[in-house]
Amino acid sequence: MIGFLIRRTFQAIIVILGVILILFILSKQNPRAEIIAALGPRANPAEIHHFQLVNGLLLPIWDQLWRYVDGLVVHLNLGYSYHYNQDVRAIIAERLPKTLTLVGASTVIALVIAVPLGVVQTVWRHKPIDYALTTITFVGYAMPAFLLGTLLIQYFAFNIKLFPVSPPQSATAWTIFTDPRAFVLPLVTLSAITIASFSRYMRRSMLDAMAEDYVRTARAKGASNKRVLYGHALRNALIPILVLVGLSLPAIVGGALITETVFNYPGMGLLTVQAAFNTDIPVVLGTTLVITVAVVVGSLVADILCALADPRIRLGSSG
Amino acid sequence: MTKHDEDIPPLLEAGGPDLPAPSPLGHLLEPVDFTIPEGGEAASSGGMAKQILQVFVQNRLAVFGVVVIVGFLLFCFVGPLLYHTNQTNSELALQNAYQNAAPHKGNPLGTDGTGFDILGRLMFGGQTSLIVGFASAFVATLFGVIYGALSGFMGGWIDAVLMRIVDILLSIPSVFFLIVLVTVFRATEILFIFVIAFVSWLAPARLIRGETLSLREREYVQSVRVMGGSRSRIVGRHIVPNTIGTIVVFATFQIADSILLLAALGFVGLGVPPPGTDWGSMLSTGVDTALSGYWWEIYPAGLCIVLVVISFSFIGDALADALEVRSQRR
Repeated sequence: MIGFLIRRTFQAIIVILGVILILFILSKQNPRAEIIAALGPRANPAEIHHFQLVNGLLLPIWDQLWRYVDGLVVHLNLGYSYHYNQDVRAIIAERLPKTLTLVGASTVIALVIAVPLGVVQTVWRHKPIDYALTTITFVGYAMPAFLLGTLLIQYFAFNIKLFPVSPPQSATAWTIFTDPRAFVLPLVTLSAITIASFSRYMRRSMLDAMAEDYVRTARAKGASNKRVLYGHALRNALIPILVLVGLSLPAIVGGALITETVFNYPGMGLLTVQAAFNTDIPVVLGTTLVITVAVVVGSLVADILCALADPRIRLGSSG
Repeated sequence: MTKHDEDIPPLLEAGGPDLPAPSPLGHLLEPVDFTIPEGGEAASSGGMAKQILQVFVQNRLAVFGVVVIVGFLLFCFVGPLLYHTNQTNSELALQNAYQNAAPHKGNPLGTDGTGFDILGRLMFGGQTSLIVGFASAFVATLFGVIYGALSGFMGGWIDAVLMRIVDILLSIPSVFFLIVLVTVFRATEILFIFVIAFVSWLAPARLIRGETLSLREREYVQSVRVMGGSRSRIVGRHIVPNTIGTIVVFATFQIADSILLLAALGFVGLGVPPPGTDWGSMLSTGVDTALSGYWWEIYPAGLCIVLVVISFSFIGDALADALEVRSQRR
């Protein structure tokens, strides 16, 4: 178990360092954009040279990489946005809690709904309700977040005016809770997409668990159907779902970006899109790095929880 | 091995066997990971191709998918030859046409905010969506297959390094990664193909590596090696052809995913720059006015995206059945 923890954590650190390296390489691909952002399009060569000298852009690439990693790891320095005239770290610090709230809440909602759906589909498998739910989740699968969000706005915000179109745009992190109604539509959009894939997987996972030997053993010992279903199959089927949550985090976070854009929800995704419009490369790289680190840490936590829940891993036979 | 539903004893039922009811959606309920069944030999005989075709045609949803895709190809690429509209000159459109006009005789699906005819725009934007979808799925699959086959075949530390690179790239959420790429390199239609391929080749690389690992231990590969066959011959002639089922199924799903990724980029406003367009960009420009009741500016484009994506998913599922590939998306 300890070995598993150490190895898995080490792996996560390698991944994060690799992502930093890739983003550093990408940040060097368009040097003109940074100069234009800082000095404007009509800077003369002397000004450009001075800017490059001051910012260490003329150093050998390895020195630049070292300075970048050092600044990042020691000082959490994500660079400077000339567009906002602000540290990227400060901009992100405002937005990150909102995105984490959206992603966290919708993942929990998706689990709370998808797990019972999967159980219902297992109990009544090959019955009309199973096919109906499969069809619905399949449509949910094919429905892009931006389309679903747009339809929800059209109906709930404009036609029947039940919810506001977008949440309040103020800068502090927790103001979204001052008007929880504004939080509903983004949450529904992001959850719906996640439920579709979770419940399909949950059904599969339940059916697999029902075919395991321990279920047969429980049955042979005379356990009731209910006990077999909830005491044995469900508990074991939940472990793969935990793995799935970890694996789905990149997709959920990507969905959050789209959802934030649809609803003008001031989180990391909307920030990234707006920065892309302005060719604000430090912000785009900064948000991507922070979101990726969040995803990697999230998957790490999911894996550790999974190891704790599964005695086959906890007791160290396979890991 | 994945268990089939039939292995499971009946539950909450009066008794009697739990026979799977025949249903058009039955195949959707099928299992989990990409693994080729034992003995997945490359198909070459006419008899086998015929069998595969038979299984495929029996699946009505897949036939529906093929009809829809062929229909869209004709609509987007032959349509403009029959239905002439101005789609590139925005000044002309602003001068000559109505803006935001509801569907009427001259414009069967109305016009958008610039005055472009929506029906013609669906064809014009559809060309971009379909070309980028097909081309980036092709590039992603080709590169992923080569990378995965090499990695699995080489083994050892090369394999370890190549797969860590895949792990690292996979951990970056692809929508964010796409936006980074589009921001750093100013996007054109050709670049979109490569950018989308760049975030999509990772899954096939992993799949094919896994299959290569198991295939390279097979007797026939061993015997080619003993006979002195070169590495490139083993990979090119004996390993990759045996993974063809997985490759075809993956590529089909990837077309749908690529179209969705381009649409997502278009929707957030980072799609093909005007006067070019794609279905996602059409949604993006239509969404502001649609809230004023101009439904024709979003629903047709949205419907196109959903129809094409669902069709490719149906086709992919049927191919997985016909080629006996166990599949589930992601």
